[in-house]
Amino acid sequence: MKIFLAPVRFSNSALLSSVKDDLSRIFKETTIIDLDLNIDDAYTKEREQYFSTQIISQAIKRTGNLNGKIIILTDVDLYIPVLTFIFGEAQLNGKHSIVSVCRLHEEFYSGITDEILLKERTLKEVLHELGHNFGLKHCIDWDCVMHSSTSIEEVDIKGNFYCNECKKKIIF
Amino acid sequence: MNGKIKILIVDDEKIVRESLFHWFEEEGYEVDTAESGEEALKKFEKGKFDLFLVDMKMPGMSGLELLKKIKENDPDSIVILITAFASVPTAITALKDGAYDYVTKPVDPDELAHLVKKAVEQRTLKIENEQLREKLEEISKPENLIGESRQMKKIYELIQTVAPTDTTVLIRGESGTGKELVAKAIHINSKRKYFPIVTVNCGALAESLLESELFGHEKGAFTGAHFRRKGKFEMADGGTIFLDEVGSVSPKMQVELLRVIETKQFSRVGGNQLIKSDFRVIAATNEPLEELVKAGKFREDLYYRLNVFSLVVPPLRERRQDIPLLAHYFLNRFATAMNKPIKDISREAMDFIVKYDWPGNVRELENAIERAVVVGKNSSIKVEDLPFHVSTVEDDSGDKSLSAFEKKYILKILNENNWNISRSAQILEIDRVTLYNKINKYGLRQSNN
Repeated sequence: MKIFLAPVRFSNSALLSSVKDDLSRIFKETTIIDLDLNIDDAYTKEREQYFSTQIISQAIKRTGNLNGKIIILTDVDLYIPVLTFIFGEAQLNGKHSIVSVCRLHEEFYSGITDEILLKERTLKEVLHELGHNFGLKHCIDWDCVMHSSTSIEEVDIKGNFYCNECKKKIIF
Repeated sequence: MNGKIKILIVDDEKIVRESLFHWFEEEGYEVDTAESGEEALKKFEKGKFDLFLVDMKMPGMSGLELLKKIKENDPDSIVILITAFASVPTAITALKDGAYDYVTKPVDPDELAHLVKKAVEQRTLKIENEQLREKLEEISKPENLIGESRQMKKIYELIQTVAPTDTTVLIRGESGTGKELVAKAIHINSKRKYFPIVTVNCGALAESLLESELFGHEKGAFTGAHFRRKGKFEMADGGTIFLDEVGSVSPKMQVELLRVIETKQFSRVGGNQLIKSDFRVIAATNEPLEELVKAGKFREDLYYRLNVFSLVVPPLRERRQDIPLLAHYFLNRFATAMNKPIKDISREAMDFIVKYDWPGNVRELENAIERAVVVGKNSSIKVEDLPFHVSTVEDDSGDKSLSAFEKKYILKILNENNWNISRSAQILEIDRVTLYNKINKYGLRQSNN
């Protein structure tokens, strides 16, 4: 399966390249693409956050001809209504997903910069959202990357790859 | 995960309905939506729902009115009310009228996920999901612990014995033998399997971050603490805490560990609230703890607290028959992950793999196979793909006689078993007297390495 990695308002080129390398080892082909998205309309002033579903909707309009999964990587903080934040969002059984690294930075919680931890967390969330694109729901196995993680502590605890059951549904 | 749990989201805002629909759908629930109280009741008449998420303020029938009607029809239904503005009197009314809980928009995803999970667990306490049970039975086998050798079969027996108890386990073994896998196997075979196993790498913990890492911190507890953070012990609530490399912890950390293991309660850094956590302790070490105790480097009370049930994972060189199984397991894993068409290991390469002593144990073997899969260009792994050189496993002496081979082999087995004569004799399939005779004949000494 071809994976398109789309940085949108994303400044960490080393992290982007690391995620691309990791995905290239897992999936048949990974390409970085520029969607040239203007996400200003997805910004909500009161919350100082971006509405992720709206960003995905914009991406859909620009990627109709691409055959593969398109994952957006962004620095901006994401939300969906009702929830205070989300790490990412995906279309279940669809083509598009988005991951924000805003709350994956250790600095966000403890003031300490940890680039290695950031890479691990980002890859976990990218694989997690891609898993939803492949139709996977949350897995009960804590060792599986598809385990639900609603806090950073849970992102750290869960595994960094798909369990055997979930792996069966992924097209590499 | 929650295939049989049906949730009805009732909110007049389309955007809220859609967002929550997708969020709960990913959680594995069966989700439906209604844009008003009236529509919700119509759907409720047609089908049963386990849980309702209801917006308080809607045109027409309000959330509170809907709550009453739902409860009239099915008192066991779980209703969680959502509102944009928290008000104590409304909250009291809602709870009096039978609401399970009351949340204010926007709600922390962790809070909502746990609230719904708790409510669902309460409702389905006796109805165990068949699908979930099947899945757990599958992962409860220590399938990632590879090995059919006598030594590994013994380990599996010990795991099965100790797992269902809540006993503290101390896992010993050289670096890279798979102590963490054994800990995971114990955890997933225990009643705590629905909760996480949280690893604390004691050797890697910086002293300055110790308390925050283990016990968490409150927002503003120190410079940079922008958010409240749960610590490892709090995350392990209901599950298992795995203290890896416990032999390398500092004296200060030993005191902290002993205290929290004994009391199972602590406070987050910067907080006053006493937090209780129900966890099982599994520790692992590659260091001789008894010697550390004697040298005054490891607290005796902590040692006794940890060394309740001890289990020793054998080094790979003592279970060579497992090497081909492990090698193929890693090959399949890495070839799949890297999408490479390598299906096998050549006979020559396997010979070297089996003969090699693997001082870094399973971890070294795993790394070697990973490297071989990275560099491999054929359908099978060749000797040249392996990271170690032929000379490291070849007999480099000039003497090719049978007696020279016998001398070397006996010495090797003795060294591998710390010169335990009974064990070495058993492996060599000769009696102890014969072994003593051969040791004398070849002039073997413990320092003959």
